Amino acid sequence: MKFWRLSFLFLLLTLVLSGCGEPFLSTLKPAGEVAETQLTLLFISTSIMIFVIAVVVIIYTIVLIRFRRKKGEENKIPKQVEGSHKLEIIWTVIPILLILSLSVPTVAATFKLGDVKDMDIVDKEGNREALVVNVRANLYWWEFEYPDLGIVTSQDLIVPTDEKIYFNLKASDVKHSFWVPAAGGKMDTNTDNENKFYLVFDKEKADEAGNLFYGKCAELCGPSHAYMDFKVKAVSRDEFNQWATAMQKNKEEVQPTSDLAKQGQEVFQENNCIACHAVTANDARPETARTAPNLADFGNRTRIAGILEHNEENLKAWIQNPEKFKPGNQMYKEANLSEEELDALAEYLMGLKVQE
Amino acid sequence: MNTEERFTLLNWPDHPETQTLEGKNKFLGFWLFLAGETVLFASLFATYLALKDSVPDSTHPLAKDLFNLPLVFVMTMLLLTSSLTSVYAIYHMRNYQFKKLQAWFVITVLLGVGFLSLEIYEFTHYVHEYHFTFGSSAFSSAYYTLVGTHGAHVTFGLCWIIALLVRNAKRGLNLYNAPKYYVASLYWHFIDVVWVFIFTVVYLIGKVG
Amino acid sequence: MSSVAAKKGLGASILEYLTTVDHKKIAHLYLGTGGFFFLLGGIEALFIRIQLMKPNNNFVSEQLFNEIMTMHGTTMIFLAAMPILFAFMNAVVPLQIGARDVAFPFLNALGFWLFFFGGLFLNLSWFLGGAPDAGWTSYASLSLRSEGHGIDFYTLGLQISGFGTLISGINFLATIINMRAPGMSFMRMPLFTWTTFVASALILLAFPPLTIGIFLLMFDRLFSSNFFDVTMGGNTIIWEHFFWIFGHPEVYILVLPAFGIFSEIIPTFSRKRLFGYSSMVFATVLIGFLGFMVWAHHMFTTGLGNVANAIFAIATMAIAVPTGIKIFNWLLTMWGGSIKITVPMLYSLGFIPSFVIGGVTGVMQAVAPLDYQLHDTYFIVAHFHYVIIGGVVFAILAATHFYWPKIFGTKLSEKLGYVTFTLFFIGFHCTFFVQHFLGLMGMPRRVATYLPGQGLELGNLISSIGALLMAVAVITLLINIIMTSIRNKKVGADPWEDGRTMEWAIASPPPYYNFKQTPLVRGLDTWWIEKMEGKKELTPAEPLGNIHMPNNSILPLFIAFGLFVAAFGAMYNPLNSVGDGKSWGVPLLIIGLAITFGSMLIRSLRDDFGYHIHKEDLLEDDKGGKVG
Repeated sequence: MKFWRLSFLFLLLTLVLSGCGEPFLSTLKPAGEVAETQLTLLFISTSIMIFVIAVVVIIYTIVLIRFRRKKGEENKIPKQVEGSHKLEIIWTVIPILLILSLSVPTVAATFKLGDVKDMDIVDKEGNREALVVNVRANLYWWEFEYPDLGIVTSQDLIVPTDEKIYFNLKASDVKHSFWVPAAGGKMDTNTDNENKFYLVFDKEKADEAGNLFYGKCAELCGPSHAYMDFKVKAVSRDEFNQWATAMQKNKEEVQPTSDLAKQGQEVFQENNCIACHAVTANDARPETARTAPNLADFGNRTRIAGILEHNEENLKAWIQNPEKFKPGNQMYKEANLSEEELDALAEYLMGLKVQE
Repeated sequence: MNTEERFTLLNWPDHPETQTLEGKNKFLGFWLFLAGETVLFASLFATYLALKDSVPDSTHPLAKDLFNLPLVFVMTMLLLTSSLTSVYAIYHMRNYQFKKLQAWFVITVLLGVGFLSLEIYEFTHYVHEYHFTFGSSAFSSAYYTLVGTHGAHVTFGLCWIIALLVRNAKRGLNLYNAPKYYVASLYWHFIDVVWVFIFTVVYLIGKVG
Repeated sequence: MSSVAAKKGLGASILEYLTTVDHKKIAHLYLGTGGFFFLLGGIEALFIRIQLMKPNNNFVSEQLFNEIMTMHGTTMIFLAAMPILFAFMNAVVPLQIGARDVAFPFLNALGFWLFFFGGLFLNLSWFLGGAPDAGWTSYASLSLRSEGHGIDFYTLGLQISGFGTLISGINFLATIINMRAPGMSFMRMPLFTWTTFVASALILLAFPPLTIGIFLLMFDRLFSSNFFDVTMGGNTIIWEHFFWIFGHPEVYILVLPAFGIFSEIIPTFSRKRLFGYSSMVFATVLIGFLGFMVWAHHMFTTGLGNVANAIFAIATMAIAVPTGIKIFNWLLTMWGGSIKITVPMLYSLGFIPSFVIGGVTGVMQAVAPLDYQLHDTYFIVAHFHYVIIGGVVFAILAATHFYWPKIFGTKLSEKLGYVTFTLFFIGFHCTFFVQHFLGLMGMPRRVATYLPGQGLELGNLISSIGALLMAVAVITLLINIIMTSIRNKKVGADPWEDGRTMEWAIASPPPYYNFKQTPLVRGLDTWWIEKMEGKKELTPAEPLGNIHMPNNSILPLFIAFGLFVAAFGAMYNPLNSVGDGKSWGVPLLIIGLAITFGSMLIRSLRDDFGYHIHKEDLLEDDKGGKVG
């Protein structure tokens, strides 16, 4: 009975491993060479393990069928067998061989995926060739700085497809972990040191996933650990350059056009939001002063606070009572803004766009 | 063997500490305990080595600014000698010479108290002269925890030996309390060995390395 | 203070248990207390699965979820699994080696009371401001920031119960080395004794790093030190190293005794000696040794570097080899045997495929670059529940049935046992198999909830349904225990009829002195040898004589209680980071320590020679059928 249940489960496993989950989130739908390498390792290791399980299950099944105590044999004492040197050697050597064969791709991939030396290659003018993003994890938001482009942004990570993106990872308060499952494994963001790794986003896969990949925090960091999502917009190199240029041009604040938005800007300044939230992408303040997400291009963001759908209603609800959505967040617990002020503020913030 | 039995020098066994089952168990159990203590101190040493150069800024003292090798050398001599005197004590225990056993343990205690006094003086000196307290830096926390844990072990050992001296003063030596003396001396040797490592890793390397 | 009272009132019974140093009664204490904490941990698990049944659920708040999740792991590992395993070690190992008690009966009791007060202290957090909320791993940067005293309950509670565990580890090592009956060489010891031996060695060497790690966290939070404060030069990765240098051997401390239990049950119900005894011993020792070499596989994503990751990956894979050796030896024990599927055997049969699944996902996680995807996801949660439930919990449930007669003198219902097993087995796979996929599909672990639209709803629902099944299964086990206790039908020395080792040669439960005469061990599976030669009793190794027994004592309880009191003082001392220090903090700390050290002093100052049971009384026992 147990044998059939188990084999059904393994059939399920194989079917499922061949592609399960959402293309913007699942490790089983790799969207770049890092995740592909890791999925290959999953297939190799699973295959070897299924072989082991099969051997065990076969012996187990035979034992259960053949050697159960039969009626009339209540007093039979079976032959007491001490052991078998031959068998011991077989079932020691074969697993060792299996493990040795698994070690080869393991070690190779460890060094390949951990190879960040190309991060520092510079061209004739001394400019870094690769795209580098400094990731800083905070409670409960993500800052993304492009040091070579002079851009600071947050929550939405914009990257070009089909090239290696290198990351410097750290955390400002407690340990978090930076994870984009569809693109590759995670790397912890520590408070003690900077970690480095790279990811690649494949153009076709990005298109399949709607050009938007889900990022997760993968290390328990407090009550809102589950809400610390970020998004990765993987676009063509041209689109990326366009966005980067627009962000770089955003040196001074985009002036609000409508009256309501102007009112909103006043509310923003009166309540001293500007003390933490920069609204231009070239925030030159030191890290310790950048205590809140950068709001440049906020109007084009995919989510509010990483988890809410990007619309005015959610924005107003968030501003009024952030604690309700992300308990323990570092902004404040509740605001006491009037409906009018909230409308104005929302209009202002939604208008913060560097490009349409 | 009856533990309360009275002996003479002639029939007193060579290794009284392991003549009874209880003695054998205590002997083995204590060596096992010391294995665990070794790992404990190894962990403290690892923490110290990882954090010995970690201070928030240059106004906080480091090892080379603080340690006074002559004082620490005297402390080392006191503790090492106390270990030697405890060996003499056990030698007399094996030879059924109760009074000499007690006397050499008294000397051990006095030397240990000397060590401890100097260590207390050393710590208060750091606090008052350099404001080097437990909470000053990661280095200070690691230093005080390692050396302080050793000091706490010395203190406990002294209380232990004093308690033995007091409890056995009227009872004399027998197979019931022989293992107690033996185990106490093992403990005393252990903290002496740990001190040798502290002297080397903390003080010598601190001043020189 | 002997326990030969003929008539026992309730008060006398309670006093007996508070002062006992008898390994068999201490086993009862561990089983009862550990069992209670198992139920508590199970309720915490149920709450977790109810919260995660659907997306954006608010069955519990996020903060409360973190507390429940933390306490579930901490309770199950430290307060349920380990103590229950200690219960069986206490009940069985001295009997298996032909001894009358453990090497240090007083310390045995102390070990229990330290566990009791540590567990009590930890769970008082629920009523005193909140439970710890940083996971059972309590990583340093998060746990330093945790508001309220939850983490302090964690550090102080685990410190107290950890001392108890360490003491018990030393006790079993000394017992097994020094107190084996004549003729019992190491290679004639039953496998459960061997695994207890290796697990105890692991305890001795693995708990000190945890002790230090916890002290460092305690000092940072309660006494303003800077071990983990990065701004003052501290380093949080040190916590990770210490925790896992302990944490990895810890899982072998859990699983090796489980392996030992199966190594007793499988030969018994196959009527065949354990296949490859020497290999099994060798594999046990190798697993114990290798267990110390692999801790950083929990830190593959921490950033230790490619060389470290590669080395630890290979070392981790190596542990699969001795584990595999064991699985094949168990299978070959059954091969050619005469298998009777009793409830203990049923759990053993459920264990083999379940544990193998858990073990192979472990090897998969050892592939470091793959682990970059799997780490901190539900894949890991699935893996460790497969090995812990499929290995340790099944062993505990099997041992509960198998050893119940030896511990209590009655026998649990086989029929109800089948029901428990079936419900539990189905529920277990239902809950955890799908979690492998949830992890692969992008669900991190320790999340209080998840958003809709990510494909995670169905898997979580299935997982939660399984939890309900397991809860029902546990209830049937409780019913079984209650009914059996009420019916109180006594059984004989060898109720399973095929017992192979010495515990099955004496009464169920044994007389308080275990063996009237120390037995002579003539080979491996000593009782089986005697039975095959038609003997009805073990061969004695000594003539009938007076038996020396240890006295009861209330001091272990006081020593542990003193630490319990001191912990409160430490927690509320004026320097603590929560900022609610009280003036009575330090005095209370001193009073608590005084109770502890004072009790230790009282113990040392008095002579305690135990007492003797006289030969005449032993012969009386025989005639009157009194078994104490």
